[in-house]
Amino acid sequence: MTAGDTHQAIEAIFRIERARLIAGLARVVRDVDRAEELAQDALVIALSEWPRTGAPANPGAWLMTTAKRRAIDAIRRDRMRERKHEEIARELDGGLDGAAEVIDAAMDDDLGDELLGLIFTACHPVLSADARAALTLRVIGGLTTDEIARAFLSSEATIAQRIVRAKKTIGKAALSFETPRGGERAARLASVLEVVYLIFNEGYAATAGDDPIRPGLCLEAQRLGRILAGLTPEDAEVFGLLALMEIQASRLSARIGPDGALVPLSEQTRARWDQLLIRRGLDALARAEALGGDGPYALQAALAACHARAPSWADTDWPRIAALYDRLRAVTPSPVVDLNRAIAHSMAFGPEAGLRLVDEIADAAALRNYAPLPAARGDFLFRAGRRAEARREFEAAAKLTRNAREAAFLLARAGACD
Amino acid sequence: MRVMVLVKATEDSETGAMDPAWTAEMMAAMGRFNDELRNAGILLMADGLTPSAQGKRIAFDGPGRTVIDGPFAETRELVAGFWLWDVKDMDEAVAWVKRCPNPMPGPSEIEIRPLN
Repeated sequence: MTAGDTHQAIEAIFRIERARLIAGLARVVRDVDRAEELAQDALVIALSEWPRTGAPANPGAWLMTTAKRRAIDAIRRDRMRERKHEEIARELDGGLDGAAEVIDAAMDDDLGDELLGLIFTACHPVLSADARAALTLRVIGGLTTDEIARAFLSSEATIAQRIVRAKKTIGKAALSFETPRGGERAARLASVLEVVYLIFNEGYAATAGDDPIRPGLCLEAQRLGRILAGLTPEDAEVFGLLALMEIQASRLSARIGPDGALVPLSEQTRARWDQLLIRRGLDALARAEALGGDGPYALQAALAACHARAPSWADTDWPRIAALYDRLRAVTPSPVVDLNRAIAHSMAFGPEAGLRLVDEIADAAALRNYAPLPAARGDFLFRAGRRAEARREFEAAAKLTRNAREAAFLLARAGACD
Repeated sequence: MRVMVLVKATEDSETGAMDPAWTAEMMAAMGRFNDELRNAGILLMADGLTPSAQGKRIAFDGPGRTVIDGPFAETRELVAGFWLWDVKDMDEAVAWVKRCPNPMPGPSEIEIRPLN
């Protein structure tokens, strides 16, 4: 084994330990940047020592002890003896009394909560959604600034700045890195889930760039969701979001056609759906429902599950989907939800039911230039035998869409109305 | 990327005659390892295979299909257990496998194969 191989192996070990290491250090020094620095210092020492001594049996404990020792040394060297630094030094000193076994035992208990605390802090609502996403991918996901920049089609400099400012904001807000409890937990958790789903969606339905999907980014979000589920086994919406992401991710291969364009759900080749991810998603949904979950993520996951269980678009449990949309619009009302509800009702109860519902939202400002609206109305009219009106709707939809493939499809439907 | 992580068989796993005390300790350690994999968000599947005495092979030759009953002779090439992991790269997979408790009483091998 050459020195280069060993370094690569040590860095791989470090990447596995990094998030928990930063979490434990941040809890003590109360500064994300400092925690990252200390973690990096520990890696440098590992790179110089482990090739000689071999990697320790518990690399996480070794890295944590090493980093904390450096923190103490730095604080002691620090001429500006603010009271805060003295307090921290006392805490650290106390923690390091005794052997590494003491740290091992404490770590098993505390590290889960420390990691959860770091996740909550990186996703604090005092930061913008973009800042939360970048910071979370950096300190929890361990992505480099370059990887994050490429994920969000931004420049490395922009992302680096965003992260620096996010850390400053956290510092100024004097956040404690503790896990929120009681009344504020639900709101803080919603902020975390929003970030994770934002990352997932950027991979699932990329808003910019050449690739309509970026599966690697979906996987980052799925991993974050899985980690969260392990850390918060009592939170229904965590399992709801995880279920939603696993089921949506199951369709990624089927979502792209041979021409590289997005394929709508109604036309996807279901044999290409990843059954392993569907199984994981359904299991997560069952956990969410057992925990009483009927929040927006659990509901969206239940909708996704209806599709996942169906052998075809036609053989889908449309009455159940219609009922789920009825509940979803009460929880997260939006014109797009209303449109999807109209489609579900038309599939479950006939085209006239769809027409009645779509007419209720015909004037919604948000749907004004939204091709799926006239496309849906066109479909309902076609199925109701009102071909001439259907043709006009399909043509209007074709004009609104910017997707050439979709336009061709809609014009073909218009042509079929004769 | 996904990897399949294969525990290769040994004579011990093929005969199934392993010291119960060792087995209990190994299962506990393996349980903790699987918890770590799960908590890291990378575990997709994990399961053990019964000894090859309970397995069958079908040999394909042209139109021919021949059923062969286990056990099979080449112990070291047989699979005794497997995981499916979601990892970033092979380095991460190797780092995780090194943390795995030895699944066998004596020397053993674990093989990592990326999926297509």
